[in-house]
Amino acid sequence: MASTIRVRATLNGDTTEVQALIQHPMDSGFVKDSKGAIIPAHFIQQLTFECNGKSVFLCDWGTAVSKDPYVKFSFKGASKGDELKISWVDNKGASDSLTSKIQ
Amino acid sequence: MSLFQIKSIRIKLLRVKASIATLALAASASALLLPAVHAAATEADFTAAYAAAEAANKEAGALRDQWTTTKTELDAAKKAADSGNFDQAVASAKEAEALAKASIDQATSEKDAWKALAIH
Amino acid sequence: MSVQSTIRLASIAFAAAGAAVAALFLIGPSAHAADKIDPAADAKAFQKYFTDKFPQLKLKDFVNGPYSMNEDMRKQWEEKEEFPPYEFALEAGKEMFTKPFKNGKTYADCFPNGGIGIRQNYPYFDQKEGKVVTLELALNQCREANGEAPISYVKDDMAALTAYMAYTSRGKPFDIKIPDDPRALQAFEDGKRYFYTRRGQLNFSCASCHVQNAGQRIRAETLAPALGILNAMPIYRSEWGSMGTTSRRFVTCNIQTRGVPLEPQSDEYRNLEYYLSYVSNGLPISGPGARP
Repeated sequence: MASTIRVRATLNGDTTEVQALIQHPMDSGFVKDSKGAIIPAHFIQQLTFECNGKSVFLCDWGTAVSKDPYVKFSFKGASKGDELKISWVDNKGASDSLTSKIQ
Repeated sequence: MSLFQIKSIRIKLLRVKASIATLALAASASALLLPAVHAAATEADFTAAYAAAEAANKEAGALRDQWTTTKTELDAAKKAADSGNFDQAVASAKEAEALAKASIDQATSEKDAWKALAIH
Repeated sequence: MSVQSTIRLASIAFAAAGAAVAALFLIGPSAHAADKIDPAADAKAFQKYFTDKFPQLKLKDFVNGPYSMNEDMRKQWEEKEEFPPYEFALEAGKEMFTKPFKNGKTYADCFPNGGIGIRQNYPYFDQKEGKVVTLELALNQCREANGEAPISYVKDDMAALTAYMAYTSRGKPFDIKIPDDPRALQAFEDGKRYFYTRRGQLNFSCASCHVQNAGQRIRAETLAPALGILNAMPIYRSEWGSMGTTSRRFVTCNIQTRGVPLEPQSDEYRNLEYYLSYVSNGLPISGPGARP
């Protein structure tokens, strides 16, 4: 099955700009379905970005983040070809990860 | 089309819009004014009022211009009748009928009125 | 003057008067004469109206709807396009499109050029069926012809399929044809009438927002101009949190004016799509799109 993570990491001078799009329902647990039953909360609790084994961006998320979240950030200290690993864990214990190279 | 023509058409449309809005407002206002002198409404009163409202809404459906608020009032009427509140049920049914009739008026007048909005 | 020429003059005058009276009867209550259906003239006038109203825009800019109306929105949208929210649907659509039916055939067998790069030709008037056929209708017809159950016209799988097909046509100009058939001309005219007719308790027509108030706001939304408004379909609408087809938007627009929506592929909606697509002929397909 295709990964839920899409990422693009580009080096500009000494700054790496990272964009990621993650496929996840991010249900808040407050929304009812068409029959009136609550759709249970189902959301990413932790999202991590690691470069060369070191954490460069860590997200502790709750129900306020919307469906299919998009993240963009920059960091210093990486070089072209370095590996960037993205992983997430949700409140149901499911997880996914992806490794990509910085361009 | 000149700006003046556009403006005069907009005013005409506003008047049409206002007249339809007034109709709906008048309809809802009259529906709320239950004469205090009359006896409480009966189930038969409700059945008749509801049937009239449904018939009007059906006619609006044939004209492909039903309003969502008509359905809301019909549902409210039924709900009130189910709980035995026939005064409210009749009031809601009459409101629904007024809304349905306004939607019929809209569809009928729009048969020609739409041309004034069209770009040439 | 001779009697003969006087009589001739009188008869000419009579005929002229008769013709004038007859003409008055023909024009009817509308202020505009000659109700002859002329789609080409309508399209020209339609495009001129919007290019005059927004002289800073090029014709192709209209396909970006509200993003061409508001600079701040445009910046955010351009950034989002690097990782567009419709990407998942697009990938799913491609997978669905190439997956064979139970009988071994695929969607490609139903469409010209295998369904690739043809979106700009839809909707078209099917002279055999005597009605307008939209891409969504054609897709379900394809499914049913191959023993598959039809799918919802408004979202999910249908939107994913049309997202993929639109993507293969990106950049190609809308090329809607109206055959010289009175039924096709009537369908165009019916679509045009629907567009300008007020409906719902709020008494709005499509034109109320997308012609008279294009570029203005309705509550927090910036209104897109009607020109090019279907070029980005299907769209991922942030409000929906998912993809939706043209019919999904027609349905929700009706509800927003407090009008009971029609069936997603009703005659009225298909004719409306026919009209709106034709008057945007020449503008490039930009779908699938993202909207607020």
